[in-house]
Amino acid sequence: MTVQLQGCAAPAAQDGAAPVVRHERGQHEVFCGLTGIVWLHRKIQDAFFLVVGSRTCAHLIQSAAGVMIFAEPRFGTAIMEEKDLAGLTDANDELDRIVAQLIARRPDIKLLFLVGSCPSEVIKLDLSRAALRLSKRFMPQVRVLSYTGSGLETTFTQGEDACLASLVPELPASTSTETSLLVVGSLADVVEDQFIRIFDALGIKSVQFLPPRNSTSLPSVGPNTKFLLAQPFLADTARELENRGATRLAAPFPLGVEGTTAWLRAAADAFGVDAALFDKVTQPARSRAERALENFRQDLAGRRIFFFPDSQLEIPLARFLSRELSMQLVEVGTPYLHREHLAEELKLLPAGVAITEGQDVDLQLDRCRAARPDLAVCGLGLANPLEAEGMTTKWAIELVFTPIQGYDQASDLAELFARPLVRRAKLVA
Amino acid sequence: MQLTVWTYEGPPHVGAMRVATGMEGLHYVLHAPQGDTYADLLFTMIERRNQRPPVTYTTFAARDLGKDTAELFKTAARGAYERFKPQAMIVGASCTGTLIQDDPGGLAKALALPVPVVTVDLPAYQRKENWGAAETFYQLVRALAGPKAPPPGSQRPARPAGQRPTCNLLGPTALGFRHRDDVREITSLLNQLGIDVSVTAPMGATPADLARLGDADFNVVMYPEIASQAASWLQRMFHQPFTKVVPIGVSATREFIKEVAALAGVDPEPVLKNSSSRLTWYSHSVDSTYLTNKRVFIFGDATHVVAAARIASQEIGFKVVGLGTYSREFGREIREAAKLYDVEPLITDDYLEVEAKVAELHPELVLGTQMERHIAKRLGVPCAVISAPVHVQDFPARYAPQMGFEGANVIFDTWVHPLMMGLEEHLLQMFRDDFEFKDGAAPSHLGHAPVAEVAAPAMAADVAIAEVTTTTVTTETTTTTVVWAADAEKELRKIPFFVRGKARRNTERYASEIGVATITVETLYDAKAHFSR
Ligand code: SF4
Repeated sequence: MTVQLQGCAAPAAQDGAAPVVRHERGQHEVFCGLTGIVWLHRKIQDAFFLVVGSRTCAHLIQSAAGVMIFAEPRFGTAIMEEKDLAGLTDANDELDRIVAQLIARRPDIKLLFLVGSCPSEVIKLDLSRAALRLSKRFMPQVRVLSYTGSGLETTFTQGEDACLASLVPELPASTSTETSLLVVGSLADVVEDQFIRIFDALGIKSVQFLPPRNSTSLPSVGPNTKFLLAQPFLADTARELENRGATRLAAPFPLGVEGTTAWLRAAADAFGVDAALFDKVTQPARSRAERALENFRQDLAGRRIFFFPDSQLEIPLARFLSRELSMQLVEVGTPYLHREHLAEELKLLPAGVAITEGQDVDLQLDRCRAARPDLAVCGLGLANPLEAEGMTTKWAIELVFTPIQGYDQASDLAELFARPLVRRAKLVA
Repeated sequence: MQLTVWTYEGPPHVGAMRVATGMEGLHYVLHAPQGDTYADLLFTMIERRNQRPPVTYTTFAARDLGKDTAELFKTAARGAYERFKPQAMIVGASCTGTLIQDDPGGLAKALALPVPVVTVDLPAYQRKENWGAAETFYQLVRALAGPKAPPPGSQRPARPAGQRPTCNLLGPTALGFRHRDDVREITSLLNQLGIDVSVTAPMGATPADLARLGDADFNVVMYPEIASQAASWLQRMFHQPFTKVVPIGVSATREFIKEVAALAGVDPEPVLKNSSSRLTWYSHSVDSTYLTNKRVFIFGDATHVVAAARIASQEIGFKVVGLGTYSREFGREIREAAKLYDVEPLITDDYLEVEAKVAELHPELVLGTQMERHIAKRLGVPCAVISAPVHVQDFPARYAPQMGFEGANVIFDTWVHPLMMGLEEHLLQMFRDDFEFKDGAAPSHLGHAPVAEVAAPAMAADVAIAEVTTTTVTTETTTTTVVWAADAEKELRKIPFFVRGKARRNTERYASEIGVATITVETLYDAKAHFSR
């Protein structure tokens, strides 16, 4: 299948015939927003993430990270103890003591996030006030911000949304009259660099990224800022940016050739880039990526895939797999569906696709077992049990920890889905 | 509040999960927010279990808090019973669930489910994983075996003649370090003695099995961290004695055989005479001479640390230079063991403190948990894992117990493997300048990965042992700055890297003690003579 942008032949939901979304409430089997720290602390190189929570919170991050980082990480947990629950004054004093201790030990830290958790929320420990207080004390050496990663408020990738949203009010006001582009959402450095080269070739010179690699190079924002979401889970961040006067460019997400092209085109159109130039710049990368995808079409075409809700990347991924690799979508679960941000994606999904928002894991497992998909995309808690039942799985978390956006990662993304199938076919014993 | 980077133990409800997941026919309903479901992956990924843990989480969210989280709990508990039809259930709350004070026990009772429902109240802000496992096991044993307890004051009936003695194996759980293989090893050892295992619990036991714990003649406490409390209760209620020796190591295994034989009233001699461990002969073989007095640092749960120290010192001939545990509940055991080896016990669950200690002691081998594996890797010290918490590679496909005679064989292999072989070490020392014997050459059987030069841990600057030329040495009386002369520095580089840090520290200490400001080659060898053992 050749990917075409305009007038694509694949059947798509017609305007007005929005896909049916089923809502489900029951046991969720997903991480909370604290998990975002695992990649955010690598992305922003001078930031430290201090979770104010319980031993469970510390254990969650450690287990999600797989204790894979040998060096001392730039995150930690202030574990609350019995006496912290007794009185909020004491809890605040304790927090101040821990922050002072931390800053003394880590003079390299320029930005400290106090990250709220379920316990800190339930006892109503006000971390935004604590952040103000501590900022006053430690500025200019360290800026202190707060956000919540609690499982009561945030699911998995929503932790990144909360983190970035807390950064937006700190961004300097843009003074330039020139329109600038802001790319929002964590991307691997290598992907950022690729996009910078493409935007540069398109003549879009003023491109900034949120989050920045360093807290001292915060992007500026203002009414002349147009922003592109690189990730589908940034509801609050987008709202905060709009409050600062910035305008969101509606686009699908840069997954696969088609998604990347449409995403770049949204910027190109907004910046008045000539269509011929756009094609000239993107065509070589598009062709190369399409050739690379060819290798995986045989493994994936016609295969039936089932998504358990995890990162909110499910809908863009389903769109990529169905349109560029001809996979069949059995069910697409997502923890949360932001209709506005995903509008461009939903238009591209095949008609009648079954989307589930929220989760009742037992019922969903029943449906998955009944459907016997060729591939189930699920969390770490479900993967081995499903494999043991004879199903082939792909761990969803790898999709968040791997560079998958942009042209040159399109085939890597396809490979992530092909590998479990290839592997199962190889193993005879 | 306590600042934590990595934790040795999870929260207490994870301990409860280890009990529930080890058992069959039991279901755990946990009042907890969605993120707490991460705990499932400990079992499915790290231990590679092929089933989900038998746990239903209520996953209440912010919007439920204003409304009815209690109702949510009841719906979840009722649904879990209907779907999984367990023989018994346990109910409780995670750290956040505790704060909203819904009383899972009371709510479950109101449901009047047709199976026993045991409430486990775990103080999430005071206690940790092992304690949670012990408490959960104890509550289950009390609730399920309790109804069968004989009236107080009654005697245990004598075992009918001709019937083989029986015991229970207590303590193995899901996610335990080598529990699966230890159970097999000890079961077979007991069988050789003519003793049958009645129930192994929690691992593999059903609630119905727990109900008949009182039938056995005695209990084997495999892991005191988890089983002590339940075993003491069984002793009080059923007059069942329990074992005190943990059979890790050759001597401990032999003592264990004598102990269970006495409890069972059988003759240990035939088994003692016929059994042997290769560890003993391998240690005596001349090839092992080079192991003599190698400096080891040991850290982990108390049971494994105490056992490892004994094996290290008495069965392999290492020198224990430090030991410690993360479990404060077992501080006494560790302090007693520390006395035997004349070292300071380190009782802490602060990973950074352990790292600083390893850097300071500069051992030649670290025996620890997966945390110490990271520490050792960073410091360039060989390491073997002896205790939980462990990672996926510590659940080997092969049979690899720690207990019994086979366990001793496994231990010998595992601990010696990361070390440089004897002759190799000598050759390295003799020919420092051979271009192929680069600094930090890895043991030849471990491939070419160069071992990093010992670096100071990032945050423990006060124990810096990095290669610095000018060092401020603080002794009890004076603070002197000593300087290394260039030729002395060069000579120091000829000392194998794995003892160089120690040589540097000793020389500097010696120099400052005798008031020498510049360390020469002579000072270096004077210090060597001074400290030589
Ligand atoms: S769900 Fe809540 S309590 Fe659990 S780890 Fe996440 S923030 Fe901590």
